[in-house]
Amino acid sequence: MYALIVGAGKVGWNLARELIDKGNEVTLVEEDRRRYETVEEELEHATQYGDGTELWVLERAGIERADLVVAVTGDDEDNILICQMATEKYGVERVVARCNNPRNLQHFELLGIKPAVSATDLILRLIEHEVPKYGLVHLLDLKEERLEIIEMEVGHGSPADGSRVSDLGMPDGALVISILRDGGGFVPVGESVVRGGDEVLVVLDIGLEEAVTQRFIGRAEVA
Amino acid sequence: MLADGHEVSVLDENPEAIALLNKGQEQGWEDLGGAFTVGTALEIDALLQAGIERADAFVASTDGDNTNLVIAQIAQRRFAVDRVVVRVLDPARAKWYAEQGLQTICPTQTAIELLEAAVRGQIRFEGVPG
Repeated sequence: MYALIVGAGKVGWNLARELIDKGNEVTLVEEDRRRYETVEEELEHATQYGDGTELWVLERAGIERADLVVAVTGDDEDNILICQMATEKYGVERVVARCNNPRNLQHFELLGIKPAVSATDLILRLIEHEVPKYGLVHLLDLKEERLEIIEMEVGHGSPADGSRVSDLGMPDGALVISILRDGGGFVPVGESVVRGGDEVLVVLDIGLEEAVTQRFIGRAEVA
Repeated sequence: MLADGHEVSVLDENPEAIALLNKGQEQGWEDLGGAFTVGTALEIDALLQAGIERADAFVASTDGDNTNLVIAQIAQRRFAVDRVVVRVLDPARAKWYAEQGLQTICPTQTAIELLEAAVRGQIRFEGVPG
């Protein structure tokens, strides 16, 4: 595989080293002269100096034959443009973009850049998973299909506490697929009763999250 | 544009930038009816505050080509602004994005063309011999 990586920061440099160790051909492009020289000492000819958002720099680095373009500069606009040009101008099949500010993820999505990886967002997801107080965990996001699977704890005194699944009044496009209780789990039927303290797994259309969660979150927690 | 009777809203990340709008004017920019919002253009909230939703035209002219190209596409695709104009200094990127349907203005290319025309004697400046 030929991978073109733009941005030789910590992420880009380590990624280049790993990919080279695994036997791939790599070119790493860096626009800061001093950073380039540091990295070049180790990676030698796999390193090129230049602004990776300029077409001639990308072409010199052989973007036309790249199997993969990875944009990991510290600048989200640059990463968006690099991936957009790689895909739309040079027909690169696979791109990966780094999203520095998670608020910019929506711009990557709008312009069809995927996957966009945000370290902040990843860590936040991990925190959500580790800190039960947060209540809600995203288990899976299927962006293409516009579906997600979430896990949450049923709050004591919430509308769902003591309710049968068929009486939950779930909106169309949302379905309880598992109830986890006392270390076990089962796939519920309409008659199954949800209790406070249960963990439920729900598959839902993106956008229904709020309508769904308010049924499971305890009244006290809402306030 | 403001003097021409249009409603104009300016967004800049530097709060001091309004001084440039006020410069040489008898009245201040905002007194003349212009709007000024402090924020960066990648922040949707800032764009909304500056009134992008009812804009008929959008000009992306920050000092960064890539920023301009991204926000112009946001204006075009997310907010469906009718007329979007982008400043791009790099002629190569300006040309490619123009081919993709963005109205790009490349000051570098324009300067090259004017300089070349002047060298060829195709344009003359009044009162300048030669």
